[in-house]
Amino acid sequence: MLDLTPDEWTAVALSLRIALVATAVGLPFGVAVAWLLARKDFWGKALFDGIIHLPLVLPPVVTGYLLLISFGRRGPIGAFLADYLGIVLSFRWTGAALACGIMGFPLLVRPIRLAIEAIDQKLEQAAATLGANRLRVFATVTLPLALPGLIAGCVLCFAKALGEFGATITFVSNIPGETQTISAAIYTFTQSPGGDAAAGRLVLVAIAISLVALVLSEWLARRAGMRFHGE
Amino acid sequence: MLSVDVEKRLKARDGEFTVSARFATANGVTALFGPSGAGKTTLINMIAGLVTPDRGRIAIADTVLFDSKARVNVPTHQRRIGYVFQEGRLFPHLSVASNLDYGRRMSGLPADPAETKRIVELLDITHLVDRRPGKLSGGERQRIAVGRALLMRPRLLLLDEPLAALDAARKREILPYLERLRDEVSMVYVSHHAGELRRIATSVVRIEGGRVAAVGGKELLEEVDADAV
Repeated sequence: MLDLTPDEWTAVALSLRIALVATAVGLPFGVAVAWLLARKDFWGKALFDGIIHLPLVLPPVVTGYLLLISFGRRGPIGAFLADYLGIVLSFRWTGAALACGIMGFPLLVRPIRLAIEAIDQKLEQAAATLGANRLRVFATVTLPLALPGLIAGCVLCFAKALGEFGATITFVSNIPGETQTISAAIYTFTQSPGGDAAAGRLVLVAIAISLVALVLSEWLARRAGMRFHGE
Repeated sequence: MLSVDVEKRLKARDGEFTVSARFATANGVTALFGPSGAGKTTLINMIAGLVTPDRGRIAIADTVLFDSKARVNVPTHQRRIGYVFQEGRLFPHLSVASNLDYGRRMSGLPADPAETKRIVELLDITHLVDRRPGKLSGGERQRIAVGRALLMRPRLLLLDEPLAALDAARKREILPYLERLRDEVSMVYVSHHAGELRRIATSVVRIEGGRVAAVGGKELLEEVDADAV
């Protein structure tokens, strides 16, 4: 049944790579933003919060288009990256990772923010009285206690990145072997005569990956939770 | 040993509340005694650096921790002041052993297994070191919290109602351990219970309405209540 052709394997591998990179690169930024939103009051916080969550409510095509005009070769950021750092994002898999990362970012931030908000700051005070500076308080108390939220955020972001379609296809198109993810490949197969079998195979793969990710995250979160309550 | 002269305005539910206190302590156990809401916890939080006074000066011997005129404000993590909180505040994600070791590691002190063993035995918590804090009794937790604070080798130990969350039997169980500590380190002990202070205090500072009402010995404990342990 799951006799994938090399092209289909390429799409699966590419999707996994894009989703993993999007989540891994997004995570440190996600933690920083979550911490800012959970702990700091600053001017323009509501606006900042809104911008972070914008990809969740905007039509994905709009996000993709905005990425295209800013990160495309001729876009202000894209031109800068290409000219000075030699980084080209448009029509590359890295661009797909950027699009997926931005689409998944609000889903990454939210559980981490909630987890940090739920931490008793008195524990952090106790750590400070025991000689831990702010960075070490964060690394030894805040972050470990927020771990279940980190796991949940990563899974949600990964899942979103894996399934992202609109922003990706708008920004980096649908190039087999470079930007054609599972979703884009399924879409292509459903648009071509006789593509149903191939589309069906990829659908099964997508279901399998999502299930594995969900089960894995549940297991990780339970282990992390157990550490707080168990012996 | 410890000298405090601070002022801090707080926003309370019904308007403003000002803590303005000046006192000094000798070695031994100084009780900060007074009714709930008198500002005792705010005072020791200022000593620990968790609350910044509006003005004043806090010093231990010749070491200035806070001086508004000289613009000195040593951050909490550099004060080396142990703090035993009312609710223990053990780290739930760490084992008891790691909790005990936390202050030493964060303060950059060398490992001292002999000292750890001595403190652990003094507090009778040897059998708990491999457990996690989640399932310990209140009394066990407080003993570990005391051990954790002691093992960072503090210059001063602050205790904020350390027995308040415990029932009478547990209080009687812990007090002897605290009495043993009197020779280990100087303490500032906050409580509104005359009973437990009578057993442990060597001097008393009575706090009322954010101000020092009286300074003296245990006779100050007799006047108020007979809220026995």
